This record gives sequence, structure tokens and C-alpha cells, in this order.
Amino acid sequence: MAALIEVNNLSHFFGERKILNDISLTIEKGKVIGLLGPSGAGKTTLVNILTKQLKPTEGTVMISEENPVTGIMMDSFGLYDRLTVWDNLKIFADIYRVPHGRINELLERAELMGAQKTVVSNLSKGMRNRVNFCRALLKDLDILYLDEPTSGLDPATTDKIHELIEEERNSETTVFLTTHNMHEAEKLCDYIFLLNEGNIVEAGMPEEICRKYNLENTIEFVLKSGEKRVLQNKKENADAFFEMMKEESIVSIHSSEPDLEKVFLHLTGRELNK
Amino acid sequence: MSHTLTIIQKQLKDTLKNKTVLIQFIMFPVLGIIMTKAIQIENMPENFFVNLFVTMYIGMAPLTSISAIISEEKEKNTLRVLLMANVSPMQYLIGIGSYVFFACMLGGVVFCYLLDGVTGTQRMLFLLIVAVGIVASMVMGAAIGVGSKNQMAATSVTVPVMMVFSFLPMLSMFNDKIEKIAKVTYSEQIRLMISNLENSGDYAKNLAVIFLNILLFGVIFFVLYKKIYRN
Repeated sequence: MAALIEVNNLSHFFGERKILNDISLTIEKGKVIGLLGPSGAGKTTLVNILTKQLKPTEGTVMISEENPVTGIMMDSFGLYDRLTVWDNLKIFADIYRVPHGRINELLERAELMGAQKTVVSNLSKGMRNRVNFCRALLKDLDILYLDEPTSGLDPATTDKIHELIEEERNSETTVFLTTHNMHEAEKLCDYIFLLNEGNIVEAGMPEEICRKYNLENTIEFVLKSGEKRVLQNKKENADAFFEMMKEESIVSIHSSEPDLEKVFLHLTGRELNK
Repeated sequence: MSHTLTIIQKQLKDTLKNKTVLIQFIMFPVLGIIMTKAIQIENMPENFFVNLFVTMYIGMAPLTSISAIISEEKEKNTLRVLLMANVSPMQYLIGIGSYVFFACMLGGVVFCYLLDGVTGTQRMLFLLIVAVGIVASMVMGAAIGVGSKNQMAATSVTVPVMMVFSFLPMLSMFNDKIEKIAKVTYSEQIRLMISNLENSGDYAKNLAVIFLNILLFGVIFFVLYKKIYRN
């Protein structure tokens, strides 16, 4: 798969404080790329640099396509509170010279048709996020940047936004997603970068990373008696496993494979949600 | 051009629902109508209330509305979204500027209608003077809007600046010392030009002061704009 964006040795300072430290990464076309890290890790700064809102102090960002069509959804991007949902989207449809039918299509997809005449100040946070999302999708995109798109949202709205992201992935839009939600990253991303205090501490496919840090490599059996039995995942334990199978005493089996939260904790000593 | 028109349309819809900006456009023309029609004092100079209120209107309405609009867009990051949607800063400023200019000129037309005992040419001249004053006020309002982080910061600067430029011309009518200070302000020059409509054509000094004011505000605007762009 071809690289759409290549970041090389990128560092950024705010005053004396180093926010990003020697970041190098590649964003492949048509993939959902996740940047996972706790608050203050430097995720938004990196998005601001990739979207040319900030110039990096050091390093380069190379984009393979000339003027790729870019959509950006950031939590800090406001809407016109006194205008309706429709009017907010119409302003940008006119600027992008997109037919107004596209607005209806997006409102339909985001389940906002019923709210199109609602003044934005009367919307819930979840609905505002969806309007913000629709605004980012007005154009036919090459790349979509999403900065914490589901932060602080209820599960139903989060699912809706995940659905919209998956639809974009299916239409071969490259999605760059920042989040501190490991479930979101595991569910949506083809490839993730774990960012901590401005450094990329690990990168790869979520399941590969989890497998790589399966240091215990054990299997836990919950038995009918209520007992929990933990075996090392080794051939010498095969007989014990078959024995339990023969006795039909197993209720459930769990592998010791860590989730991204545990991997992050292992690598940095920090929790993702802190 | 189409981006500029979109900004004008957006602002028109927004202002109709934005009482704080809308009132700036309406308050002084309405006050002018009420005072001119309701109060008749013996030996009162001709067009006294029009001259008084139009100067305050010019010093207040364009300045507060444009600084409020820009600072709100900055605070809510909608300005950033517009700029990232390939609306150039110039297109944005022309859009917002022309909207505020025409909205304020409507008030100017009301004051023009209230003028008594002047010729058609003098009415046209009156509107031209109002237009020049509105432009000067707008440049200063834009500088405050661009230089302020949010609406509250903009208001805290706009109010004292507005008080100086709106009220100095009125106070200068009653106090010689204030008059000397007021002479360097565009709003005082606007008042002098408007109260001297019959001697049209002799405005070189007034226009020079107004031009210097606009130049100064323009420099402040560009310095602040560059500073923000750099950051």
C-alpha cells in the first residue's frame, strides 16, 4: 500500500517545552491510522502540524499527493451557535462548491435529518459532534483527520460516529484518528501509534502489539467447581488441558494477551485515560 | 468573490439573531428619530441631535460590531475553520467589512433623512462623510477583534476606546480643552465636517486627520495580524 503522508524526525516546542520528540511515521492510503495516547501526550499538536495549522520546529511532513482533499474534525472547532444545523453546513457547502443535496445525504447518514432546522445552541454535545463530523465530510475526501471524535460522548453517539468512520474507511478515505480510548483504537484502526510525552513508544497493528506484549503467555481456565487454573502456554501442559476437556470441567478459557491499555501501562507506567 | 458573498450571507443570518450586534445598528438611528421629532428647544442649533447622534453612531456601531464579530469567531474557532476551508483572510475581512459597512450605512441613511434645511448635494456629502467615518471605525474595530483572544477581552478594549471616540466630539462642544484633544480624533473631524455641510469643499484638514487615524489603525491591525499569523 502506498504512503500518503510521511513524517520524518519531527519535533515541536512550545517555548522551552518539548511537545513532540523526533517523530517519524508513515500514513498509508486507505487505512485507518490511530494515534493513541493520554491527555497531554502531544496528539493534537501532531494533528495541527499534519493539517498545517502549526509549523513544526524541526523535521518534515511529506505528502505524496498534490493538494489532497482534507477533512478535519477537532473538538475545538466551533459551529455557528445562532444558526441552524442546515445553515451551518450550507455555509461550507457553498465555500466548497458542493451541491446542497450532499448536506441531506450526510444528515441522513448521521441521523440528523430531524434536527436540520434546529439552532445549534440547542443541540446536545453528541449532536454537535455529528454536525461537526458532517461538516468535515462535505467534500469527497482523500484524508480525514479526527481529533478525539468521541471524547465525552454517550455510547449510542459513539457507536454512530464509529459507524460513520467505518463508512469512510470503506470508501477508501484515509482516516487519521487520535484517541485515548483503547477500545475505539482496537475496533477501528488498521495500524496504531502509541504516543507518550511526545515520543512514539510503539507502533503496529493493534492485535500484533497485544500479541507482542503477551509476556506471561498463560491460559486461564475457569472450572465448574469455581476454581481458576492458570497454565503456561507450553506443550508440557497439553496433557493437563486434555484432562480438563475429558472431564468436561471447563466453563471458560481466557488468554493472558494484554489489551492496549495494559501494553501502554507496561511501556510507560501511565494509564491511557489519565 | 463567491466566498466573500457566502461570508456576507452568513453574517446577515447571524446578525438577525445576534441582539448585541443588532442593537448597535438600530439604537442610535432610533434615538436620533425620537429626539429630533420629540424635542424642540428654542435657539437649538439646526440638526443638533442628528449631528450629536450620528457622530456617536459612527464611533460606536462599526467599531463594536466588527470587533464583536471577529473576536467571537476567534473564540469559537469558526474563523480557523473558515480559513482552513480556503477562505483567505482578505476574503473574510472584505465579507465581514462590507456587511458591517452596509448595515451601518442604513443607519446613516436614516440620519440623512432626518437632516433639515439642507440641499440634495449636501445630503450626498453627508452620506460620504458618514461612509468615511464608518471605514475609520471599522479598521479600528477589526484591529481590536484580531488582537483579542476572545469576546470578553475584545469588549474590555472596545468599551474604553469606543467611549473616547464616541463621546469626545460631544464633550468638545462644551469644553475648549477637550476640543483641543478631540481634534486629533477622526470622530471629532466627522462631527466638524457634518456640522459644516454648507461649506463643503473645505475639508482638506479634516480629511488629513481622518486619513492619519485610518493609517494608524491600519498599522495596528497589520501588526496584530502578523503577530497572530506568526504564532
